[in-house]
Amino acid sequence: MDFGTFLVQCLNSVQYGLLLFLVASGLTLIFGIMGVINLAHGSFYMIGAYLAFSLAPLFGDQFLLMLVAGVVLAAIFGYLLEWAFFSYLYQRDHLQQVLMTYGLILVFEELRSILVGNDVHGVKVPAWLDGSFALGNVMSYPWYRLFASAACIVLAVGLYWVVNRTRLGMMIRAGASNRDMVRGLGIDVKRLYRIVFAAGVALAALAGMIAAPMSSVYPNMGASVLIICFVLVVIGGIGSITGALLASLLVGFVDTFGKVFFADLSGIGIYLLMAIVLIWKPEGLMGRRS
Amino acid sequence: MTTIRNARLALTAIAFAALASAAGAQGTGKLKVGLMLPYSGTYTALGVAIENGFKLYVDEQGGKLSGREIEYFKVDDESDPAKATDNVNKLIKRDNVDVIVGTVHSGVAMAMAKAAKESGTVLIVPNAGADAVTGPMCAPNIFRSSFSNWQPAYAMGEVAAKQQGKKKAMTITWKYAAGDESVNGFKEGFEKNGGKVDKQLTLAFPNVEFQALLTEIAAAKPDAVYAFFAGGGAVKFVKDYQAAGLNKTIPLYGPGFLTDGTLDAQGESAQGMLTTLHYADGLNTARDNAFRVAYAKSFKLQPDVYAVQGYDAAQMLGVGLAAAKGDIGKKAEFTAAIEKAKIDSPRGTFTMSKSHNPVQDIYLRKVDGKENKLVSTAIKGLADPARGCRM
Repeated sequence: MDFGTFLVQCLNSVQYGLLLFLVASGLTLIFGIMGVINLAHGSFYMIGAYLAFSLAPLFGDQFLLMLVAGVVLAAIFGYLLEWAFFSYLYQRDHLQQVLMTYGLILVFEELRSILVGNDVHGVKVPAWLDGSFALGNVMSYPWYRLFASAACIVLAVGLYWVVNRTRLGMMIRAGASNRDMVRGLGIDVKRLYRIVFAAGVALAALAGMIAAPMSSVYPNMGASVLIICFVLVVIGGIGSITGALLASLLVGFVDTFGKVFFADLSGIGIYLLMAIVLIWKPEGLMGRRS
Repeated sequence: MTTIRNARLALTAIAFAALASAAGAQGTGKLKVGLMLPYSGTYTALGVAIENGFKLYVDEQGGKLSGREIEYFKVDDESDPAKATDNVNKLIKRDNVDVIVGTVHSGVAMAMAKAAKESGTVLIVPNAGADAVTGPMCAPNIFRSSFSNWQPAYAMGEVAAKQQGKKKAMTITWKYAAGDESVNGFKEGFEKNGGKVDKQLTLAFPNVEFQALLTEIAAAKPDAVYAFFAGGGAVKFVKDYQAAGLNKTIPLYGPGFLTDGTLDAQGESAQGMLTTLHYADGLNTARDNAFRVAYAKSFKLQPDVYAVQGYDAAQMLGVGLAAAKGDIGKKAEFTAAIEKAKIDSPRGTFTMSKSHNPVQDIYLRKVDGKENKLVSTAIKGLADPARGCRM
């Protein structure tokens, strides 16, 4: 492998990893803070992709505007969903959460089938991001993928800043460790949870929207990403955003280079990685011992 | 005491009489055909096309095969191998069907073949290409009206090396049985004719993140790439291949599944691609034209390869039944007739191999607009090697 190819594969790895992080961060936020095992999280990613497919014709080349509109819609959807279903789940045990959220997957898939059908769709890359960035003869890389990576980096930094540096983040972190204490301080925990949940849904949907022009929009796309996200959360350590980021990048590299160098093992690369990490650190890379 | 004995005798006699009349009725009553096809999920359209094709042939015969009316029993196979055994047993044990027709998904078809082998029920596979169905799993009562994964792949390998003069190729597919069988078939055909497959790329099913592998192809610069994907994955791969600019320098080949039923979505990116399959658009034979008109009239739809395979499944059943005089219980006659038959298919006539897979022409097709236009016959009368079949 020459240097240019190696560089491009590194970019591929980072881009894939960052996209996974965007989905996994919402999952880990909802699990880490509210303690809900949300199997339906992959569906939010799928809903995002179908949102992009439905909205793209309306917005034309106003891709950024479309992302904003999609995020707003997804957040409203998440807020309502929390109010209607998830708010009842916090005090339940994990088995009930798994059953309920699995049921939601079936409902979402059926609704998707009724509303947009079972076909595979493509979403056009906006004209201003079409084409490739060339670095002499060394390498060339699609602009859209660079944009996707940049967008994910901005979001990751933003998320880190919100959780670790703001008043809202402080309330979130406090609410995660001691719900009653936070309520005692006069903070509306119910509303706080609702906002966090809406944010988690919006993040997954945004990832779906960004992914849509790169990976086509198809039924069951949520299920495949969900499995990888759970692997990420386990590798990174449950509830840790930094852990999820580290794990995402690691999985991005292992999956990309695994596909290229060990084609026959391509399906199990990330699970091998998970096994190795768990043997070495059973609580995950950034997990706390409990 | 004698009255009791007489009563028992009488009852036994009545029971035997009932059995005898039931057995007699089997030869003349309705023939129970179990359709186990995908009626939900991604493959729904394929299942519907197969059923349409099957019913079209039966309707052309006046709704009867060898004088027996056909009664249909339908089960959704759900394209789920985990549920396949239960689903096929609904037809075999609950509905007592005489023959099963199904299905699309190879994993499900394997479970059906196993159940058919155990129960002795006749099975006609109208799509699933798993080599094993007419390989290690073969049985006297199992037939296929479609293809084995090996067939179109081997033909493409020969075309790529012989006609197109390619020396170095790479293959890419999902890491699962159908993908492995297809790329191995290509490799066999390509290397037998002087080519060399350098590298075989795979990714987990149904992953569609192709970017890393496309980067690898661009760096290795082979003379040609052979890809096996179907459905959504096929759409995505062909589009990505073009987006990466590879189609300008490295031709992309594949079996027909890469461009069949996916051309609408692939649009510009698939134009000019060469693929191989046992059916093509514009065969323009009297047989095919008549079939296409009849199908379009009955269902207000254009037929596709799946409809042809369903149609031929019914033809094969018809041939077997005719020899057995309508009694599917006469297994030896039924099987021998299909083995000897020349099926007058819209794809062109075909016969059966010893392992019950069609010995058929494989066509080379080129994507032109929204059609897979016939270019030439890649290989005439290609038989599956049926490795592992002992029958």
